[in-house]
Amino acid sequence: MERKIRVIIAKPGLDGHDRGAKVVARALRDAGMEVIYTGLRQTAEMIADAALQEDVDAVGLSILSGAHMSLVPRVLEMLRQNGQGNVPVFVGGIIPEADAKKLLEVGVCAVYGPGAPTSKTIEDIRQAVEGKACPAQ
Amino acid sequence: MSSAINNQVKLLLNGDRAALARVLTEVENDTPAGRHALDVLFAHTGRAHVLGVTGAPGTGKSSLVNQLAYLYRHPSGAEPAQRVAIIAVDPSSPFSGGAILGDRIRMRDLAGDPGVFIRSMASRGAMGGLAHKTLEFAQVFDAAGFDVVIVETVGAGQAEVEIASLAHTVLVVETPGLGDDIQAIKAGILEIADILVVNKADLPGAEKAVHALRAMLELARPGCMYAGEHALESAAMASAVEARQNGWSVPVVPAIAVQPGGTEQLFQEVQKHLDYLRVSGEWQLREQDRLQRMLFETVRDTLEARWRVIVPEQKLQQVLEDVKRRHLSISEAVQILLPKETKL
Repeated sequence: MERKIRVIIAKPGLDGHDRGAKVVARALRDAGMEVIYTGLRQTAEMIADAALQEDVDAVGLSILSGAHMSLVPRVLEMLRQNGQGNVPVFVGGIIPEADAKKLLEVGVCAVYGPGAPTSKTIEDIRQAVEGKACPAQ
Repeated sequence: MSSAINNQVKLLLNGDRAALARVLTEVENDTPAGRHALDVLFAHTGRAHVLGVTGAPGTGKSSLVNQLAYLYRHPSGAEPAQRVAIIAVDPSSPFSGGAILGDRIRMRDLAGDPGVFIRSMASRGAMGGLAHKTLEFAQVFDAAGFDVVIVETVGAGQAEVEIASLAHTVLVVETPGLGDDIQAIKAGILEIADILVVNKADLPGAEKAVHALRAMLELARPGCMYAGEHALESAAMASAVEARQNGWSVPVVPAIAVQPGGTEQLFQEVQKHLDYLRVSGEWQLREQDRLQRMLFETVRDTLEARWRVIVPEQKLQQVLEDVKRRHLSISEAVQILLPKETKL
């Protein structure tokens, strides 16, 4: 049997806009992936703990609050502490280009802004899970 | 078998959560490593209280599970906190095979608690309200030392009753306004309840729902016989129910899962049912039923796999073609493909 790709889609921090996260979750579902959806207002600890219990193949973070530069590195650090440092992390939201560059430098696999086609995200996740390089690298 | 999986199993038995998560993945994907892990872990099973929670979509199953797990973790009296594992099953899409697993959203009160482990599971085409490997997941958690395993089924309709053969205690969750008293006497999901829950009991119509369910249970109990020809039918039905429930009378419990204290009464009833299972010997009976079912299922799967190996592909295709043209019925096809003298 073909192995199912399991992805967690989480919204760290305090913003309450989850439409983007839901659109991506739905697109991944339609691409045949199993999407664990955590809902709003998650701490980095909650996300990493859920990623561990669910043994996910990839992590997707949706942030529109502007707090990505503190939230994302914290999630990466928690994942590392749990022994899941090799799980690819994807970020979507309103992320200025300069910040996106820094996030990629600290280990994020890809960053998606408004209007990014979900087909690209799906393809990137598949590639990363198969052990191929992240699109930015 | 490779030492990697043995190592994972050893870590799991020592309480390592990452190892537990990985073993679950192997089991879910039915890999050789996963099957080996189950073999090793089997000797460590048989202790956990398996609690099933089922009911229609949107009745509040996840919220109830959240509250019940919280009460297990924060007992009021002097009892020690119990370790709780949760298996939350959601449906896979019949078209893409993908799934949205959203039960964790309602379980945030449990986040960060090392005595709780939540695992979401897609049904992956299985019918009956569970996934193919849900029972095996329960075994893995049992072996990992969890005192309670709560299994939340797919939002269930009337016939998803698989959970009854997996759980020691089955909670069927209803809400006000789900149907009249005829719905309540239909066969199916209500029959498998050890405890009936009317959730969202703060909504209008809650009392009516509780009464309708109680009346349904009354119909099945001796002591309310009808006159004349109905008496026989009713007595036979009553004794069948008695035999299955063996002295346990199913309570109808109102609950409000989103209110503090709204599930305390339910929690007490679950404890009572556990005591009843232990005292009456029903625990052993259900255990035996479950193991027998697993054995039979495995025999069936194994025979099928062996048959698939020996049946010539060309003959199979030819018979299939005849079936398609309606020259052969399905059972005639089976006689050709699996003659009596076949050695499997």
